[in-house]
Formats: sequence, structure tokens, C-alpha cells
Amino acid sequence: MCSLLRGEEMCLAQLFLQSGSAYDCINELGELGLVEFRDLNPGVNAFQRKHVNEIKKCEEMERILEVKKADISLPEGDVNPVAPLPKHVMAIMEQLQRLEVELGEVTRNKEKLQRNLLELTEYTHMLRTTRNFVQRTSEVSVFISGLIQRTKIEAFERMLWRVCKGYTILSYAEVEEYLEDPDTGEPTKSVVFLISYWGDQIGQKVKKICDCYHCHLYPYPSSNEERTDVVEGLRTRIQDLHTVLHRTDDYLKQVLMKASESVYTWVIQVKKMKAIYFILNLCSFDVTNKCLIAEVWCPVNDIPTLRRALEEGSRKSGATVPSFVNRIPTNDTPPTLIRTNKFTSGFQNIVDAYGVGNYREVNPAPFTIITFPFLFAVMFGDLGHGVIMALFALWMVLYENNRKLKNTRNEIWNTFFEGRYIILMMGLFSIYTGLIYNDCFSKSLNIFGSGWSVKAMFEAKVWKDADIRGNRVLTLDPNVTGVFRGPYPLGIDPIWNLASNRLTFLNSYKMKMSVILGVIHMSFGVILSTYNYLHFRKKHSLYLVFLPELLFLLCLFGYLVFMIFYKWLVFTAKDSRLAPSILIHFINMFLMQAPTLHRLGMYRVRFDFADEFLHQAIHTIEYCLGCVSNTASYLRLWALSLAHAQLSEVLWTMVMRVGLRMDTSLGVFFLVPVFGLFAVLTVSILLVMEGLSAFLHALRLHWVEFQNKFYSGTGVKFCPFSFSLLPSSFEHDGLL
Amino acid sequence: MPSLLFCGPKMAACGIVISIWGVIMLAMLGIFFSAKSAVLIEDVPFTEEDIRKDTNPPQNIYSLYNQVGINCFIAAGIYVAVGAVSLCQVRLNKRQEYMVT
Repeated sequence: MCSLLRGEEMCLAQLFLQSGSAYDCINELGELGLVEFRDLNPGVNAFQRKHVNEIKKCEEMERILEVKKADISLPEGDVNPVAPLPKHVMAIMEQLQRLEVELGEVTRNKEKLQRNLLELTEYTHMLRTTRNFVQRTSEVSVFISGLIQRTKIEAFERMLWRVCKGYTILSYAEVEEYLEDPDTGEPTKSVVFLISYWGDQIGQKVKKICDCYHCHLYPYPSSNEERTDVVEGLRTRIQDLHTVLHRTDDYLKQVLMKASESVYTWVIQVKKMKAIYFILNLCSFDVTNKCLIAEVWCPVNDIPTLRRALEEGSRKSGATVPSFVNRIPTNDTPPTLIRTNKFTSGFQNIVDAYGVGNYREVNPAPFTIITFPFLFAVMFGDLGHGVIMALFALWMVLYENNRKLKNTRNEIWNTFFEGRYIILMMGLFSIYTGLIYNDCFSKSLNIFGSGWSVKAMFEAKVWKDADIRGNRVLTLDPNVTGVFRGPYPLGIDPIWNLASNRLTFLNSYKMKMSVILGVIHMSFGVILSTYNYLHFRKKHSLYLVFLPELLFLLCLFGYLVFMIFYKWLVFTAKDSRLAPSILIHFINMFLMQAPTLHRLGMYRVRFDFADEFLHQAIHTIEYCLGCVSNTASYLRLWALSLAHAQLSEVLWTMVMRVGLRMDTSLGVFFLVPVFGLFAVLTVSILLVMEGLSAFLHALRLHWVEFQNKFYSGTGVKFCPFSFSLLPSSFEHDGLL
Repeated sequence: MPSLLFCGPKMAACGIVISIWGVIMLAMLGIFFSAKSAVLIEDVPFTEEDIRKDTNPPQNIYSLYNQVGINCFIAAGIYVAVGAVSLCQVRLNKRQEYMVT
């Protein structure tokens, strides 16, 4: 149970693994995720380690699987195959290589067929277009026909003319459709051309020029009957090719589907195998060279489980001599392990983001579970917004086992989903502070009946009817009998929503509340440091560090808090004119503070005694100045709650009021889109933007003002060897 | 018959959420306006004339309150219709998902 407050007690253990059963034992440990392995061969680089060949084989298999992953579908449900034994590895390797060869062949064939199809299509087009060309059939002339890209035809013509100078006749026409280029596969416009020439040398030159311009040449039929024959033949061949391509596609799909059933399993198996060999590389051999030694960090409470796992591994591999574990003493600081469940893990994550705690240091997370949502809610404080936030978080919590929600690859959504319990707490606390501030979408709720009465001002004859007509603003006087009938039972009186001096009242209240909350939070932080001093047996720090810190904080800012409460309790509406200003009083107190500065001077004189004294002096000055600045820093609680209230009011005034004030007969239909706009703006500005802002500031208050009183956060996190923690490459590619 | 589906699954879900919110919030606003809540005085479209020339105060303001209240209820009713349409869209989207796979 102490785990969440302090972290688990850890120990260093030595595992003695028999060579035959080492693989199985580490397999068992990987499934359980109990221990963190230490590297016993730090001087050896990756290529000199013992199992480098096996790791290379695994990586080869991973490479083959990598390529296939894109085409396959994922299995339903959670599949968790075990790591294969070394003797089965060859079989998997063979299957993978066979699959790769087959897929490669089929794809190559398909490409060849497609290229053939394109050529035949081009030929057909060419024959069709050149039918309309007028030809002068002569015994001597020879014809060359083909296709060329439209962009090159003019240059081609010019080159022909310059080289052959009238011994050739070129006619060409454009093909209307876009044809796919066999080399690049892009749709291009082509031009069909027909060259007639006579003479052998001219023929060679023409052929060379055609080559140069990347023309596709096709044989030209000499007579019309030959032409129709060729066209018929082409048509049947194209039809055949279409059928063959269709069949090839089907076959490819079949092969992929069959492979996809096993690919997922193979990926996980190869990953587990690679991880086991990686860990085996971290171990060292003992003197007899028959036994593998591994050093692990293990929680003390898990040593029995570790023993059982080793026995299981030895039994599975059929070894005669069992592997065993031996605890060894050490002076190294163990890593920190704090066990969390799905509720506490969110809060532990935000504490760890600042820094993982030192070994067995007090963990701020259990306190953060309450203080963080509370400080957020103080800054957010709106009943309606809190309800919406809580409902959103509740939906995420209720559907947390839904696979689609859990496994999306959208990072922003994942961040919100991981923090669903934090958001739920923030929403619930915001409902509470919304009730206290009496703020619901910037309107106050009158649940209990206001404590102020306007009628009493008339009954006491202080106001007359003429006063109302003559004045824009009138002040209710609580000293008149019957005007102030007592404080509102829960929260701020709803009449303040109608008052023009609402902000003056609320600012004073919220500033004082921020300082009170800040001093309480910081004192709590200072008190928590006593737990650390007691645990690490630094009793002297208790008297020399904790007591002065607490005294300084309480004597200065505790006194400020006392003055606030005193003024609230002692001064009533009757003597409100005589009430002293707390701030002036506090500043005057500081201006008479010469003795304290003198004492700081004495510290400086003694600093050359030891490093410790210098460190202490710096800490003292930092603490004293820090107290002042940190207390002022808590005023952001006031600032942000004011900003939120004002934004909320502006949104209502500028958007919702426009829709409500419509008094034309069709105006009612205007209210529908206006409300839609109000809803969208509320969610985007007031919930998302303000929510993130309040979250950030509450987090800063925790990380800086609270945690620097007692938390050092320079520890190392315990990372157990666990198969479930290995990132699946499916997740990397966003397929999982 | 042409497909009745005109928005995707996310848009339909947004539609349902805003409709439910609209129905609840506008209905409550309507109730509060009918109860003549003082906090909502600024949202009522009254002018100086209404107050000064009121023969039977505060009936003018009260009738304006009632009017705005009724407007809110009508808008809530329209949002019920919008919610029903969004619900249909969600069902059609789900059906299409089954048919494709």
C-alpha cells in the first residue's frame, strides 16, 4: 500500500541460468514483465556480442515482413503468440523467403503483361488513325509508323527536315484519348506519325532520329486487307490480355490473404525472439562457462514470483539443473517503481513529466489526485462548462474498452483519452466551484432566494419613485434594515450578477481566496518534506531546515492569511468604512524589517566553512525570495477565473442575447442557428482553449510552487523487460 | 430512390450532441423566462417606452418575458427535429458500414 506514496522497495538480484534453459527462462520473464536487466557487458559493442547472428536473422525476417504489412488486414481480437524456439526459427525463415519469392514473381509477371497491353493499345490507335492518311504508294518508298509524345513532335519534324531534306514525307495526327505511357505509367498525349522515304541511307538516318526521340515504332501494313487482319488479331490479343491480367490480380489477392493470416503472428514472434536475444547479450558467463549470469533490478515483493518463473522456464526446457535467483547487496540507487492502476496512472504521468522521483522519495501523485482538479476548477469555475466536461469524460470512461477509441492513431485524441479520469475529476470539481461562484454559462442560479431585498430600500423611505427615473445606477445600502437579510447559503449571491460593481466585489474575494489557497498548498508541501527527512534519517534537517522554512512561511504569509480571515470576521457592514487595508498593513510590516536582512548577512560571513553552508545559504535565499514570488504566483488563480468569467459573459452577450432579443415573428427561427453557433464557440473557446490554459497553469502551480518545497525528481524510472511494452511495428505504422 | 445520406458519421454525431444540448438548454431557458427570472432581464427585448408607458406595471415586461420563453420552447422543438434527423443519419451511416464490409 505504501507503493503509491513512496514507491516500491527494490533489490538487486543475480539470476543463474543454465545455458540450455536460458532462452525459456527469459521468455517467461518477458511474458511477466517483472524485472529490469542490467548490462553486464557495457564495453562490448553491438557487433561483438555473442548472439549477433541470431539478431541479424531476426532483422532479416523483419525486413521481409515489413514490406508485406501494407497489404494485409489485422486479425480480430487479441492474439498473443509465444516466442518460437530456436529450432523453429528456420522453418519460419523458409516460409517467409518462399512467400517473398512468390510475390516477387507474380508482381513482375503482372508488370510485363501490363506493358504488353499498353503496347498493343498504342498499335491499335496507330492503325486506326493512319487509315485516314493519304498515301502515295510507290514501289520505292518505305513506310515507318509509330507514336511519339505530343511535346516532341515539332522538334521531330524539324530535325527530319533538316537531316533528310525533302527525301521524306511526314504526316501525323493527334490521338484524342490519353494513353498510358508504358515506361512511366502516366497518361500522356501522343501523336501518330507516318514517314515515307526512299533510299537506304535515308532509312538509317530516319531510324536513328526516331530512336533519339523515344518513338514507339510499329510495323505498317502494306495493304488494306493486311491492315484489317492485323486489327482483328490485335483486338483478340487485347481481350486475352485483359482476362489474363484479371486472373493474375485474383491470384495475387489470394496469396496475400493466405499470408495475412500468419504474418501478424510472425511479426510478433520475430519481435519477441529478437528481444530475448538482446537480453541474452546483456548477460555474462560464469567461470565454468556453463551457466549464464544476469543482474536484475527486482521489486522485493516480486522475488517469489521471479523464483516461480525461473522454475517454470527450467521445466519447459527440460533442464535437469534448475535456474535460481540470489539477492545481492548493492550501494547503487535502484530505479523507482510506483504501481498505478488506470485511475492513478494519469496523475502519476503528469508528475513524472516533471521528473521521476528519487528512490523511495515521497511521491506527490496521490495528493495531486485531489489538488490538481481542485486548482483547475478554481480557475475554470463554471457550472455549465463543468457539466459538459464531466459528461465528455464520462463518455470516454464508459467506452474505454471500445477498440476503436483505444487504438486510433490520432495523437491529440490519444492524449485526451489517456487523461480521461483527470478530465472527469476536473469536470466534477468544476461543477462544485461553479456552484460556489454561482456561474452557469455566465448566468447565476437563484436556488435559495437572494439575501438582498430592493423593496426594503423603498420601505425605509431611502428611495422614491423619482430616484429610479432620475438615476442610471443606485446603490443598495446593507446598513438599512431589511436590505441584507443574511448571507446566501451556498456560494455567491445571485444578485451580484445584476450589479455593476460585481467585479470590484469578486476581485477582492478571489484574490484573497487565491492567497489563502496558495499558502495552504505551499505549507502542505513544506510539511511533506518532513516525511522525506524522517525516512532518509536526516533528523537534523528536521530542526535546521524544516522548522525555519515553516516558521518563515507561516510568520509572514500565514500572518497575511490570518489578517484576511480577521478582517472578514470582525469588520461588518456597519464599520466597513473603518476597515483597514490588508495590503498597506503588510507592506508597512515589511518596510520595518531591518533585523531579518541583518541575519542574512551573518550567514554570508560563515560560508567558507564548508560546501554545505554555501548550499544552505543559497537554499535559504532562494526559499525566502521564492516564498514571496510563489505566493504572488498563486494570484493566477484569480486572474484565470476572472478571464473565464468575462469570456463567458462576452460570448453570451454577443451571441446568445442577439438571438433572444429578436422580437420579430420570424425571429424565433433565428434562435436555432444562433444557439448552434453559441454551442460551437463555447466548446472551442471556453472548453478547449480555456480548459487547456487552466490545465497548464494548474500544472505549473504543482510543478513549481508545490513540488519545489519537497520534491527533487531526479530519479530513474523502472523499465521492466516485458513483451507487452515492446512497441509493435504495427503501432508505428498506425495500422494498430 | 436517391440516397438519403448527406453527412458523414462524425457530422451526424456532432448533430446529435448539439441537438441534445440545445433541447435541454433551450427548454430550461424557456422555463426560466416563463418564471420571470430577474437575472435574464438583459435578454428580454424591452425599451424605455415599455417601462414608462406601462399602464399596468409590470405586465408589459412580463408579457415580453413570456414571448421570449415561447420562442425558446419553439427553438427547442426545432432542435428535437434536428436531433431526429441526425439520429437517422447515424443509423444510415451504420447500415452503410455493414453493407460495404
